[in-house]
Amino acid sequence: MTTNSSHAGPTHKAVEAGVTMLIAVFGAIVVYGSIKAGINWGAEGPRAGFFPFYIGIFIIASSAINLWNGLRDGDDGLFAEWGQLRQVLSVVIPTAIYVGVMPFSGLYLASIIFIGWFMRWLGKYSWPIVAAVAIGMPIATYLIFERWFLVPLPKGPIEEWLGL
Amino acid sequence: MEELVNLFHGFAVALQPFNIMVMILGIVLGVIIGVLPGLGGANGVAILLPLTFSMPPTSAIIMLSCIYWGALFGGAITSILFNIPGEPWSVATTFDGYPMAQKGKAGEALTAAFTSSFVGALFAVVMITLVAPLVASFALRFGPAEKFAVYFLAFCSFVGLSKEPPFKTIAAMMIGFALAAVGLDSITGQLRLTFGSTELLNGFDFLIAVIGLFGIGEILLTMEEGLAFRGGKAKIDLRVVLQTWKEMPKYWVTSLRSCLIGCWMGVTPAGATPASFMSYGIAKRVSKNGKNFGKGEIEGVVAPETAAHAAGTAALLPMLSLGVPGSPTAAVLLGGLLIWGLQPGPMLFVEQKEFVWGLIASMYLGNLVGLIVVLTCVPIFAAILRVPFSIIAPLILVLCAIGAYSVHSSTFDVVLMLVFGVVGYLLKKCNYPLAPLVLAIVLGDKAEEAFRQSLLGSQGSLGVFFSNSLVGTIMVLGLIALFWSAIQEGYSRLRPHSVA
Amino acid sequence: MKHSVLHTALAAIAIFGAGNMAASAAWEPVRPVEFIVPAGTGGGADQMARTIQGIVTKHSLMKQPMVVINKSGGAGGEGFLDVKGSGNNPHKIIITLSNLFTTPLATGIPFNWKDMTPVAMLALDEFVLWVNAEKPYTTVKDYVDAVKQAPAGGMKMGGTGSKQEDQIITVALEKATGTKFTYIPYKGGGEVAVQLVGNHVDSTVNNPIEAVAQWRGGKLRPLCVFDAKQMTYDEVVADGKGWKDIPTCKSQGLDIEYLMLRGIFMSPKATKDQVEYYVELFKKVRATPEWQDFMKSGAFNTTFLTGADYAKWVETEEKRHEALMKEAGFLAAP
Repeated sequence: MTTNSSHAGPTHKAVEAGVTMLIAVFGAIVVYGSIKAGINWGAEGPRAGFFPFYIGIFIIASSAINLWNGLRDGDDGLFAEWGQLRQVLSVVIPTAIYVGVMPFSGLYLASIIFIGWFMRWLGKYSWPIVAAVAIGMPIATYLIFERWFLVPLPKGPIEEWLGL
Repeated sequence: MEELVNLFHGFAVALQPFNIMVMILGIVLGVIIGVLPGLGGANGVAILLPLTFSMPPTSAIIMLSCIYWGALFGGAITSILFNIPGEPWSVATTFDGYPMAQKGKAGEALTAAFTSSFVGALFAVVMITLVAPLVASFALRFGPAEKFAVYFLAFCSFVGLSKEPPFKTIAAMMIGFALAAVGLDSITGQLRLTFGSTELLNGFDFLIAVIGLFGIGEILLTMEEGLAFRGGKAKIDLRVVLQTWKEMPKYWVTSLRSCLIGCWMGVTPAGATPASFMSYGIAKRVSKNGKNFGKGEIEGVVAPETAAHAAGTAALLPMLSLGVPGSPTAAVLLGGLLIWGLQPGPMLFVEQKEFVWGLIASMYLGNLVGLIVVLTCVPIFAAILRVPFSIIAPLILVLCAIGAYSVHSSTFDVVLMLVFGVVGYLLKKCNYPLAPLVLAIVLGDKAEEAFRQSLLGSQGSLGVFFSNSLVGTIMVLGLIALFWSAIQEGYSRLRPHSVA
Repeated sequence: MKHSVLHTALAAIAIFGAGNMAASAAWEPVRPVEFIVPAGTGGGADQMARTIQGIVTKHSLMKQPMVVINKSGGAGGEGFLDVKGSGNNPHKIIITLSNLFTTPLATGIPFNWKDMTPVAMLALDEFVLWVNAEKPYTTVKDYVDAVKQAPAGGMKMGGTGSKQEDQIITVALEKATGTKFTYIPYKGGGEVAVQLVGNHVDSTVNNPIEAVAQWRGGKLRPLCVFDAKQMTYDEVVADGKGWKDIPTCKSQGLDIEYLMLRGIFMSPKATKDQVEYYVELFKKVRATPEWQDFMKSGAFNTTFLTGADYAKWVETEEKRHEALMKEAGFLAAP
């Protein structure tokens, strides 16, 4: 990844420092949780929090080293260009919405809209193809999972109404 | 000789038209189960178990074990094509299988995976046929300390393999251990790291983490680089099978070693997952192509697949002869045996000859049928990569969501999957290796459990890990593997410094 | 398989009769019924649930399919909380084991059996004291003497799970003999039995179905059963002995009784009609030859209770578990 003045974006160093800090915070949460569970060596051997406690400590310690190494590193390249990140977010945000509404709308309706959106906006397919895939896939899923293998999937008001 | 006579009798049972039909049906169902994330071998067999109720027990077990073979075969498909391992033992297959697919060699990778699966399974079945009683008594020697030693060896033979900075590897592995620790602590029966949340009761399931980290993370990386899976040019031709076959005999040493590792892990019963990781790790160490592992080396597909299948098959032996399952799927099959009124255990081989040998014969035939079925489908699977990204990506995302949901029937897991996806993307971009993280999630709690069980038994003395020749040997092997990598790494890190 | 044709025919007649009675019931499932198992695949509860599913499917006892779902997280807490939160969904039933009582007590999960509607007790699972057949002790007395002679904690007891039924019995044994065991928890009952065969533990309190294969194979020896009276199955299992021949622990000087519930509960707001439907369904299941074979293979105690009797039994057991676990120091820290 070479730096190019016409392309801007967050630096690799900054993002990596951020990720490392997040990992350290995760380690701190693990340590806190372990202390609550008991970290000493009880009558029945190590208590529930014994191992997680040291694992948490290890996470914090190695994050500190990684942070130091990362900041010391002379690499000042980009993590990614804004345009690339926009691409990534154009998948992450709709998927987040998809995942978020699933408990309320059920899997099938959400999937139809999600697949349809993805193919239409990112793939620029014509509506008939979009409709065929977006509706065909959930139907196939329904048949395979719920009818064939008897695995119930999340359902919403529409399925309720259809009596599925 | 009596075994051979029994085996031929078994073939006669397995070759009845109804049983052959059941066998093919089972393989096809199994492949579907293996391909769909979330269903998986154990779930698939459990779901279909009640349907076999009205069959005679021999046909029923043939069908279920064929589902098992099918799922083992099918697990490799998504690992290679989309970097999504549907089962823990397919994780190691992604390391080289997915890069091969990216280079347009999906057909070769699939062929190598299927063929080595077959070789591994065949080796294990031969072992079951010839030395079943001997091996069963070996499995009895495995208590908690021995099991811990095996996990220890699996970790040691894998640690230090990554090119990434060592402290990032440590951080990644420790994150995996921490995630594995969430939920109920099985030794004290106490909840830990759940912070009062009922969603976290289940802990972090391997499958959800792996679908997110590997599958979703990969889609995000692809998005960043523009909309295309890089495997577009995959050849879709059956000739690819023959070409790959010509190349495979070169790796007979790796195959044989992986078979042995697999059989050992399956019988002990530590299972297919440590087997595949251990086999991959050792192959990388000793192979002369070792440094190319991870970039799409066919040997890196052969090693884990052979071991995983050998272990998966060998795991049925302790199930039949001892009643202790070597894998989650074997546990469900075991339940099936009991439901049909067959008691697995030492007497099964004596009292239910027709059943046992019918099953063993079906292992030979089922694997052969399975190999033929999946190999003929190689071009179809490889062709999936030709579907444009903006069609296949939403379908994969939806299937991933279904997979994550069906693990615990919980929509919270679907959210977790997406979080893991973003985390996977960030970690990968920041040079954190994901394989040690996943290995730690899969084996972390098992290793901890075995460790603490051992200490309970020894009343806190660590000497238990060197208390007999068996556990001592495995531990020493583990330590050698650990320090070998440390020495190697220190050596290779010293050299560039001295040059600079 | 030939004899079973007759059985099936008889069962079909029985079911037909029962089916007519059920036809008058006001409620029937209109969508697939989820059968929750608060334990992993392959365990005792899972086996029973899948057997029931198979019987229901084979004999078409229900118009809608029955779907078994494992929710084993948090020692089964996941499954119980799911049913607790299911409101008035009548298409959800759950099979219980002793974790119905032990899980909320040991982990502090906000759940009590009163958060669900009791349907029926299907059976009770027995517990038997097992030792390795190579060991010299053939009676409870020999065994207790050996335990007393060993240094405190020198005898290892293997069991399923932590702070659950096996460990509760172990604590009761400690109290009865005035000694101390080292209790080692494992994930599944089958594994526990094999650890005993491999001499990695000194004794277990496995359920019959978990250890019967090893007994038949001459690897394990049952010493006594933790029930008020001997089991009734008189088929010979090994050494000319059957389940019937195992003495009760009480008769051998160990005054301990413990049975594990295999019962059905459903959503908290279920109506009387809905409960009635499932009670009838399980009566039909119990009448099938497959169910009877299953009961025999696991040497189950086939007590069947419904309604107020069942609720009363559960309530008594809950009090007992609370007392036992409090005494053992197994209650979750508040």
